[in-house]
Order: sequence, then C-alpha cells, then structure tokens
Amino acid sequence: MNISYNWIKEYLDLDVSATDLAEKIERTSVEVDSVVRPADGLKKIVVGHVNSLVAHPDSDHLHICEVDVGDDQPSQIVCGAPNVAAGQNVIVALPGSRIANNVKIKRSKMRGVESDGMICSLQEIGFSEDVVPKEYADGIYVLPADAQPGEPVFGLLGMDDSLIDLDVTPNRGDMLSLNGTLRDLAAIYDQPVKLDQPAVKETGEAIADQLTLHVDAALAPQYRMRLVRDLKIAPSPMWLQIRLWNAGIRPINNVVDVTNYIMLKYGQPLHAFDYDKFTGQDVYVRTANAGEQLTTLDENDHDLDPKDIVIADGQAPIALAGVMGGLSTAITGQTHTVAIEAAVFEHDHIRKAAQRHHLHTDASQRFERGVNQAGVQDALDAAAQLMDELASGAVQTGTAVGSNQQPDPAVIPLTLTHVNAVLGMDLKQAQVTHILESLGFTVAVDGDQMTVTVPIRRNDIHIPADLLEEIARIYGYDNIPVTLPTGRMTQGRLTPAQRLMRATRHSLEALGLNQAISYALTTEDKAKMFMMRESVPTKLAWPMSVDHAVLRMNLITGLLDDLAYNAARKVKDVALYEQGRVFYREDGTDRPSEEEHIAGAITGTLMPQAWNQPAQAVDFYQVKGIVAAYLQDMAVNGEVTYVPNQEMPEMHPGRTADILVHGHRIGYLGEIHPTIAKQFKIGTTYVFELNLQAIIEMPKQENQYDVISRYPAITRDIAMLVDDEVTNEQVVNLIEKRGGAYLQSVKLFDVYAGVKVPKGKKSLAYTLTYQDKHATLVDDAVNQAFAKVTKRLEDELGAEIR
Amino acid sequence: MSLKERLTELQQKGLAEIQKSQDLKDVNQIRVNLLGKKGPITEVLRGMRDLEAEERPKVGAFANEVRDNLTAALAKRREDLEAAVLNARLAKETIDVTLPGTPVAKGEPHVIQQIIDQIEDLFLGMGYQVLSGPEVEEDKYNFEMMNLPKNHPARDMQDTFYITKEILMRTQTSPMQARTLEKHDFSQGPLKMISPGVVYRRDTDDPTHSHQFHQVEGLVIDKHVTMADLKGTLQVLAHELFGDKFDVRLRPSYFPFTEPSVEADITCFNCGGKGCKVCKNTGWIEVLGAGMVHPNVLKMAGVDPDVYGGFAFGVGPDRFAMLKYGVDDIRNFYLNDVRFLTQFTKKG
Ligand SMILES: [Zn+2]
Repeated sequence: MNISYNWIKEYLDLDVSATDLAEKIERTSVEVDSVVRPADGLKKIVVGHVNSLVAHPDSDHLHICEVDVGDDQPSQIVCGAPNVAAGQNVIVALPGSRIANNVKIKRSKMRGVESDGMICSLQEIGFSEDVVPKEYADGIYVLPADAQPGEPVFGLLGMDDSLIDLDVTPNRGDMLSLNGTLRDLAAIYDQPVKLDQPAVKETGEAIADQLTLHVDAALAPQYRMRLVRDLKIAPSPMWLQIRLWNAGIRPINNVVDVTNYIMLKYGQPLHAFDYDKFTGQDVYVRTANAGEQLTTLDENDHDLDPKDIVIADGQAPIALAGVMGGLSTAITGQTHTVAIEAAVFEHDHIRKAAQRHHLHTDASQRFERGVNQAGVQDALDAAAQLMDELASGAVQTGTAVGSNQQPDPAVIPLTLTHVNAVLGMDLKQAQVTHILESLGFTVAVDGDQMTVTVPIRRNDIHIPADLLEEIARIYGYDNIPVTLPTGRMTQGRLTPAQRLMRATRHSLEALGLNQAISYALTTEDKAKMFMMRESVPTKLAWPMSVDHAVLRMNLITGLLDDLAYNAARKVKDVALYEQGRVFYREDGTDRPSEEEHIAGAITGTLMPQAWNQPAQAVDFYQVKGIVAAYLQDMAVNGEVTYVPNQEMPEMHPGRTADILVHGHRIGYLGEIHPTIAKQFKIGTTYVFELNLQAIIEMPKQENQYDVISRYPAITRDIAMLVDDEVTNEQVVNLIEKRGGAYLQSVKLFDVYAGVKVPKGKKSLAYTLTYQDKHATLVDDAVNQAFAKVTKRLEDELGAEIR
Repeated sequence: MSLKERLTELQQKGLAEIQKSQDLKDVNQIRVNLLGKKGPITEVLRGMRDLEAEERPKVGAFANEVRDNLTAALAKRREDLEAAVLNARLAKETIDVTLPGTPVAKGEPHVIQQIIDQIEDLFLGMGYQVLSGPEVEEDKYNFEMMNLPKNHPARDMQDTFYITKEILMRTQTSPMQARTLEKHDFSQGPLKMISPGVVYRRDTDDPTHSHQFHQVEGLVIDKHVTMADLKGTLQVLAHELFGDKFDVRLRPSYFPFTEPSVEADITCFNCGGKGCKVCKNTGWIEVLGAGMVHPNVLKMAGVDPDVYGGFAFGVGPDRFAMLKYGVDDIRNFYLNDVRFLTQFTKKG
C-alpha cells in the first residue's frame, strides 16, 4: 500500500526525509518495498494555456496550438490529442524536458510544422493507466483553470509527494490506513497525534423511515448505513484526486472518491449504493441463494456461491459483500441519493469469496485482515460529512444499524520480569509502560504485574508474546544485546546415518563425480522409470506443470535430465551423482515412504582428455570400479556380487548388473538402453543407483590392523582358453576355492578374444600370489598348489592351459 | 736419479695423465698402469732393497704418499667423469615443465550442499543436533501445529503442492519444530536442533523462484532462552557464512509460529553497507526469518509455554548461495550444468 509522505506530515511534526521515514518504518513496524517521488526523473514540464488552435493543414487529426507557457511569446505546439481545446490549461513538456521512461523532448517538426514541445497526457508523465480518470484516459489531461502558465505541474498533480509503499504483513491490518500508520509513527517518534474527528451535519428526514436493514450478524457483526440525498455528482477536487491516484486508485466522482478516500484514511472499506435503484426499502445481508447471479461494478458476471455473503434488496443481490458492489446500484452521473454502507464482514467468508471470484480488491484485502471494529461509525460519519461538503448532499438523520456486535478489548496480564526474561534486556517499568501507552494501550501497574488493555483496532494483539513484540520493536531491535544461549550443555554430533551420508558424498566426489541436486518432482513417465521395486506413483493434486507433477521413484531420470541439459549446451563429458530421496507408495495409502538413494550417471569420458591422455569413453567397468570402490569405502560387511540383469526395460540387456551384498539386491549398474538415451537426447550413458538406506542399515566392517608379512611372496601366472560362456567370476571362485592355504590373491591381468583364439573361446590370464605369513615359502609347496588348481580348471571349466 | 726423484716424476706424470683422461675406461687403464702389480710404483718399491736401511722408511713413506695421492686423484677423476655422464643424461631428459599437468577426475560437492554442511558444522560445534524430516508432510505438522489453522490468512502466503487434503509437499522445514518438540524429553536437557532439507512451493520457476529449494530450520527451547540469544546466534551464523565484519540487524516481521517475529538483515557484502544496487541502497540484505517460538506452537506440541520457551529461525541456503556468489538465476542450482557445479571448488 502506498502511503503519502505529505499526508503523514499534515498530522505529525516530522523532521525527517521520506527515505529516512521509510527506513524507520521498515525497522520498526512493516517492510517498505519502495519510496517513490513521481516527479523524480522528470523536468521542464509546466502548465500551458491553450490560447487558440487551428487544424494542421497536412493532417486530419493534428492541431497547431498557440500555447502560453509563461514566456513573453506563446509557443507553437502541434498536438494530436482528440480532446485538446482552446482555453484549456494543459501539461506541456518544453523543449529539453524529460518525460516518463526517460524520454527527452526536443523542438521538432511534425508534418512540416514546428512544435516547441509536447502537450502531455498523464500517462506520458508517468501515471499508471489504472489511475488516470476515465475522461482523460485517451487524451491529454486538463489542469484546473487557476493553474498559472509556466508553473511546473508537479505540485499541481501531487507528483512532488513521496510515496512509501508498505508491504503490510497479514497481522497488521491496522497499517492499511493513514490513521493506523499515524498511530504507529506516533509511538515510533514518541509524539502525540491528533486524528480528525468527524462532525456530520444531519439535515434530512429520519433514516428509519427510508431504510430497514436485515442482517445476519454471524456474517456481518456490524452493518450500518447512512443516507445522503440531493447529491450533485461531479469530479472530485484536485486534492482528493491526488490522494487517490497517489494511492493507486482511479478518481471517478465525488461520491465514489469519498468512499475510497475514507477507506485510505480510516482503513474502513465503504460502499456507496444508488439508493433510488433499490427495489424496496429493505436491505438484507445474507448468504447467496442457489442460482443467484450478480454483475459486479467491473461488469463481470458471477454465479454466486451459497457461501458468498451478499447485500440484497427486496429482489436480488446488489453487492458481493466486502468485495465489490453490483453494477445495478452503481453510482452514475444521474445519482441523487446514496446509501453509504460501513460494515464488518466475517473475514474468512470474504477471503474465500475473493478467491472464488478472483476479485482481490482494496476492500476484500482489508476485511480479510480485519478492520477497526471500533471505528466503523466514525468512518461512516466522515464519509457522509465529506459528501455533504463536496457534493452538497443532505445527510439524512440517523444511522441505520443492522447489527452492532463489538468485540471486547483484549486485556492482557504481563510481568516486567517476563518482558526482560524473554527479551534478554533490563528494561525499567516506566520504559515499558511508556512504550505501550505511546501505542495507545492502557497499562495498569501493580508491582511487577501489569494489566494491559489493547484498543480494538489492534486486532493482532492477544497474548503477552504479542506485547513483547510491540515493546521490542518500539524500543528498537538494535538495542537488544547480543548473547548466546546458556544453560545445560548438549552434545552436537551427527548420527551414524548422517555420517555415512556425508562419507558417501565424499567418496563419490573423490572418485570423480560431481554432486547434482535435481528436481524431485517430475513427469509421471520419468517417475516410473528405472524402478528398483514395485510402487505406485504419488501425484500432486494441482501441479503447476506436467514436468513437475509426480514424485520421483528413481534418481536416474533426474540425472539423465541433467545430462540432457548439459548435452544441449554442448557439454559432452559429464559425471554426476545425486544423493536424495525417492518416494514409494503402496496402493491404497495416501502418503509415500521416503527412501534415501544414491545414484550416478556418466557420459562421455570420466578422465578428462588431455595432450598426454587420450579420450577414453566411459564403460561398464569404469562405473563398476566406482561402485566397487564406493562400497569398499562404506565397509559393507558381506560379499558384493554382480549378477547380470536382462529384465530392466530402460537398461542395456547385455550390460546391466544387479548389485548384491550378501545376496541382497541393493541396486544396479550398467548402460542405459539406447532408446532411452535417444529419448533423453543424450549419448551413451552408464548409470548406477543404490538403496542408500539399505547401505546405512547394513552391518559394517571395522578398520583393523593386519601385520604385513616380512616373508617374500611368490607369484605364478596362468593363462587359459575357456569357452565364452565361462565368466571371470567362475574362474576366480574356483581358483580361490582350490588355490591352497598360501594363496593370497588372484588378479586378472589379461582378457583376449580376438583372432588368435579359436571361435567361441576366450583367453584369460591371472596372476596368483602365494605367501606364508609365518615362514619363507618354498617353491615346491607353490608348485604343488599351482598344479592342483591348474588341474581343477581343466577338469571343471574345461580350461585349456596355455 | 734417486728413487724419490723417480717417485716424484711418476706422481707428476700420473697426475697429468689422470687429468687428461676422458672416460671411465681411461681412468681404469691409468689405475692399472700406475698402481698395478707390474706398474712403475711397484717397481720403484722393489728397488728399495738397494737402499740404506735408514733411508728405507723415508722412501717407503714417500712411496705410500705418492700412491695415495694417485689413488685419490683417480677416485676424484672417476667421480667427476661419472657426474658429467649423469649430467649429460639429465640434460637430455629435460622436459617442458610449462606443459599442463595430467588432469584427474575430481568431483565437487554441490554449492548448496557446501553451505548446508557449513551451517551443520557450525551448529554441531554449538551442541545442536542435526535432524531431517519427511519431505511429504501432513497438513497437521506443516501448518496446523505451526499455528496456521485451516483458514489462516497466512496460508495464502505460501502456495502449497497438495497431494491429498491432508498430505502435501512440505513448504518449509518448520514442521520439524513440531515433530521434535513432540518427542523431546526436557528432563534430558534443552532442545537444540537444526533441520536442513528440501522444501517445495507451488511457484512457476523463473530466475528468482523455484518450486524446489532448501531450508535449514533452527530451534532452541529451554527454560531461559532470550531474544538476545537469538540475535547472538544469528550473528554467529552470519559471521560463519560471510565473514566476521558482517553485522546482523533485526526488523519486525510476521510468522504465525513465532512471536515476536523478525526478519534478519546482514550487511550488504557488495558495498559493505554503503548502499548499492544489490541492497537497494539500504546497505542491508534480508537473509532469514526468525523469532521467539509462539506459545501456541509449544502448547500444541505438549510443551508448557509457561516453563519453556526459545527461538526458531529459518535459513535459505539457495538465497545465501545466490547472495554470496552473485548467482543470478536460482534454476542454476537444479539444472546441474557441470560448468556451474564445478565453480565452487575453493577450499583453502
Ligand atoms: Zn549494497
């Protein structure tokens, strides 16, 4: 909400700039979004008097005007506005001036005719389309007759004011008005403030004879109307128009403008009905009936909901209560009698109606947050008084009251001890009392105990903690000392699971993968790919887009999206890992379980290519090496095995392995299926995904020291031809099983399946290392063991030893 | 010519020859020639038989001296020649040390992870626990127990991804306040925790909005926790993340789950507080929300607000990273361009 610096200064004696005032407000009450002085950035824009004008000879719409801009000689200005006329005072941008959007105006020729500047519309000097009075929306603005040619226009149009845009938090509805802001500022600057008291002059008949209200007090705890007759509808005076447009409201006429002005000043939304358009003299406040419709002031039709509060006459709804009036009873140029409504509507109904009908208005915003329930009559009286003054209306006698339920003011007990204990300060009783009283609260002190009575307008203050906030902010947060919590010591340490997750990340980073954080919300298709177990997808009820509509059940697709993003930007070598949650749901339940996973995806080369290092495309074994090293780092206690998996539809059937620890599947690795790669628009990609939760829960090995034998080891190499179907795992298992007591390790050092071996065969070569930890091993022992294992390989695997 | 003269001559000749030798083979040959069993020195020594008895020891000593000198000269020459050979080889082995080193595969933690880890470590050091909560939350914990009943207007402040009427993607890490408060046994000591994690808002992604981002919740509840403690804690946090010369200031704000509620600003690191475009000329940048835990929150979690109280804060690592590194588009954090991910590698 824009609040006017000049308006504030009419009530408070402030010796501070608008920026300093804004800073103070931001530090003490509510956030300030901006401080804008509309005239800033504009120059040489003055009042001009159109002495005379003639049509431009070469144009059907341009006029050549002789304009008095306060110089000795009148200026000649070409103007294209349809409403320009002799005798008008207009806004003139002189040669060398600067208008809105930093546009410079120069002396120029228009269709061959010299123009000494430009006659401006309000929009051209920076006004928003939304606030320009309708009659000037499509043309130039006409200034009041008493404006002096040559005088800058900024003062005349209120553009020399500074507008402080308050971002009022939902609890501070009281700040959505001048009066509320003044009361806060009075406390902040420790000054008394004297607000205007309305003095309405009643001249007409008793309202009771002209209007009867029937109000459901549950919907409208307060509902009042005044009636003003014999009004003369006209544009409002400049001062009033300025207040409105500087607050972002379009001036309309002297009746509607008064209601808006009073709303800005008191925070109480008002509505003016054309009384003569009522059917009957009865006005009802009720919920809408099924099938009822309403055309609102903005000429939109609404099907009313049975939960909408409406104002209705004897026949039909005439307003959507607290949100917007109806078109049928709108004020027009012909209106003579106005019923002014001032009410308090139940805020939740208003909030929902505004949402339902997409009508978020100044009124609904204020009702949602709660208006000053003790100030309804004041606002109504002030409006009636001003209509009397500005539109020479006759205020009828009395106020029609349909409901009048006023809340009791909050009475809150508070102790000084508590104030200081919570704020960590050492305030004196007098300081606390003074702050609360400066806010208009009443304080009764009895020793340490205070009893604070809060004015009704502060509907955000209910409990002692609310008072603490008032004290703290007015006293100043800067004055609060800086300490750290004391009290009993606590131990800060990560849990084993948290440590393992950190270790996981460090391990994979050390293995060359960059950590990615991808979106957990994805498409339904992607959510269901690369599944490691049965699960139904969890969908958002109202997603913003199909791209982020379903909770992921795998991490891989997120990483593939990342790879695709990189590929689209010509980044070809990408190695990523992600640690995050997948969301598995049982059919028939609402809430998914969350499981920590760890996944990786590598495309291109893992080791960066360089002048001395050829590009080596990532392959299955590199990724297997990473997974193996990672699992070794995590010290899972149990044998890790890799079992071919040809069943995953998203994976290459011949290059995918399940990863088993102690026989339990904890994940998989391999190459993604070429059709999937194509779908994601990425190259050959190897991935792995592991159930991190399972790894966390598995038994772990402890580090332990093993004496390094000082006796020499003996090695034997063995090369053999085996059938293609024989796996490395079979060979190694056999060697390990039959290698004898001294066999320390088996290491594959060559695999060959080229032209030099028979078809259907491959050559495998291993180094076997033997060692006796307690004595020097003799060749004989090794030879015997080696011969035994050789024989076994021949017998059991049909190996042909080479 | 006396034996001594002969020896002197042999020494001179020998030294000259050693000096002239060009390689180890020469040196070896000279050694054999001069000092071998058939060499001239042996021969001279053999001639000592003809000397007077009193002359013998003198000449003998001199002969040994000559032999030692020659041996030493030979050794020296050998060493010199060996060094020359080595130096020649090393000279041939010279490489261009300005060629780049062989690149290694090296992964980096995500910049947001780095900030979260840094925050975790700071608070672990101050005796806080680190807790993580569900990303799919119940309305009850995300809103109701945070003093945001169903019709609370502040619910409009955060648009929520609902799954069902009661199940949603958490919009904040604050539900961990309720979850922890419910469980904590205060007889075992105060509650001091932080809870980092991913949160979700129903937003359209653009440079400053993301439907997914991170938060770190902080909560301290004990018998005597003050707003001054909150201010001090936030200052420690600002110092840790940005540096010791950064100040923290508090401003009033509104959160349903804290009262008083504050917004914390830190000194603008772009201008150091002088005022610039980044801080909209205020010299300060808003970094987090905090406050004293609302009595209703304590009550709903079964904690007596007349006995216990404390503070809570919520930090946005995404925002911190954007501010600290001048990242101009929040989407960078979730699109994972490797060229982005590998920029935040300075660990020194
Ligand atoms: Zn700055």
